[in-house]
Amino acid sequence: MSEVVSLVVLAACLAAAVARPSWAPDWAVAAGGAAVLVAVGILSFAGARAALRELGPTVGFLAALLVLADGCRRAGLFDALGAWMALGSRGRPSRLLAMVFLAAAGTTAVLSLDATVVLLTPIVFATAARLRTNARPHVYACSHLANSASLLLPVSNLTNLLAFRASGLSFARFGGLMALPWLVALAIEWVVLRRSFAGDLQRSAPRSTRTVERPELPTFALAVVGLTLAGFVLSSLIGIAPVWVAAAGALVMVARERPAPKELVLAAEPTFLVFVLGLGVVVRAAGDHGLSTAVDALLPHGTALPALLLVAVVSAAVANLLNNLPATLIILPVVAVSGPAAVLAMLVGVNVGPNLTYVGSLATLLWRRIVHAHDEETDMGEFTRLGLLTVPAALVACTAALWLALQVL
Amino acid sequence: MRAVVWISEDTWEACVDEARALLPETAEVTLLHVAPSDVEDIASRPGARLLGRHPPPPPGPPLREIAEEEAQALLAEALARLARPARTVARRGKIEREVLEASAGADLLILARDGEARLGPKSIGPRTRFALDHAPCQVLLVWPEQPPGIESVPLPPHLR
Repeated sequence: MSEVVSLVVLAACLAAAVARPSWAPDWAVAAGGAAVLVAVGILSFAGARAALRELGPTVGFLAALLVLADGCRRAGLFDALGAWMALGSRGRPSRLLAMVFLAAAGTTAVLSLDATVVLLTPIVFATAARLRTNARPHVYACSHLANSASLLLPVSNLTNLLAFRASGLSFARFGGLMALPWLVALAIEWVVLRRSFAGDLQRSAPRSTRTVERPELPTFALAVVGLTLAGFVLSSLIGIAPVWVAAAGALVMVARERPAPKELVLAAEPTFLVFVLGLGVVVRAAGDHGLSTAVDALLPHGTALPALLLVAVVSAAVANLLNNLPATLIILPVVAVSGPAAVLAMLVGVNVGPNLTYVGSLATLLWRRIVHAHDEETDMGEFTRLGLLTVPAALVACTAALWLALQVL
Repeated sequence: MRAVVWISEDTWEACVDEARALLPETAEVTLLHVAPSDVEDIASRPGARLLGRHPPPPPGPPLREIAEEEAQALLAEALARLARPARTVARRGKIEREVLEASAGADLLILARDGEARLGPKSIGPRTRFALDHAPCQVLLVWPEQPPGIESVPLPPHLR
């Protein structure tokens, strides 16, 4: 009975997050669901507290990163990136794509997938539109790299943040092991996008009459981000939790940019933080009542290449069914037992996998299809074809690269 | 005679030049631009793919406004290059479908190859291919640059 109830609550949380009904906001469903599971005794109070204590630093870390990225936006970093891409393109779409690759890979790795999706992609669209060139290859590149370029650092993706704690790796070692898989993912994306849009990219100059002014780089914001990154690397050497480094970086950014208190709170997205905490508790309950055992039966143990490949593929499949956040919460406790190699292989799956659909999961895609059945905006065959070209190749190649890095480092 | 000239970002000048050179004085010309709604959708609705996140919209003009402004500016440039009276139409949606709808009732659709710069099927991109295959009128297919020579077609082995 507890099995069924905890799975129903989990399904309700995911349904609310996908369908976004106005009468049942996802964060309220997740928090309420967690409370119900504790109230009826399916999850003990101590169990819930332990789950929250485990997630707390990660959610704090996430909040600090969101504030940091918002500070970069306020400081004009993304507008400057837009101007830099436009200038660097010298009017050639293929060069613009290269600039978009650099900007998206850097933004994703350092400021997270969310920053690329929320802050950079609109800038890329606007930049291409202003240059009067077809925005499609550039927006698709941004959208793909938000996922596949999020392999590099613990801060590149919420999934990495969650796994970082469980993996027991230091910040520098995480980045060192993931550097090669990250480069492999970028290379695959580059080759596929370049070939798929060969026609759009080979035309000579898009003739824009607008002149682009040399951007003024927000040096202070860039310095804060750079020092925060250096702090992450140092933190594990001197034994400080990296969440404090992130908090310090966010604090300096806030002191400089001075957003209104209300805007500051909105930038940290409190409802999202509550959703992650609630979902974490609900998944813990479902895990304790059979879900972990079921996932354990699906996944291999050990760190040989075939085992890592299977972990990556299963993780990608679950991420595509549900979205990568719940996939990580569900799979992480099971793979963490096998050690950091398996945790990183899971990250390859949950980070690269969601590129199969443009909304992150089949559940979301199906929902959008039902809601917008006659809406032509949801026709995304081309995006899915690109996903089919990149995702299986990247899953295999990045996992192999990870295995190689594990042998060498 | 009613002619629709499809104005697309990277290839429009060649279409306008052909229209100017070939269409009779009496022809009613429509310059058509279509903005793809799906690309804008990906760029402007980030919350759709980040489970549980509801980011506030970034400040600055909405992307649709930027797209519409640039479409109008492009049509104005095309009109100036055409150097004769014409109607301009800016549409938004699924590109190939919008082109078909806009060319219903027309006598001629002028469009450009938008693929690779060599002779063969790859010289036409998927959306142009659709419009070409389904156009409800005569079609004039234009090379955006000097057409490549016949030597860009590889000979089958037995003819080499």
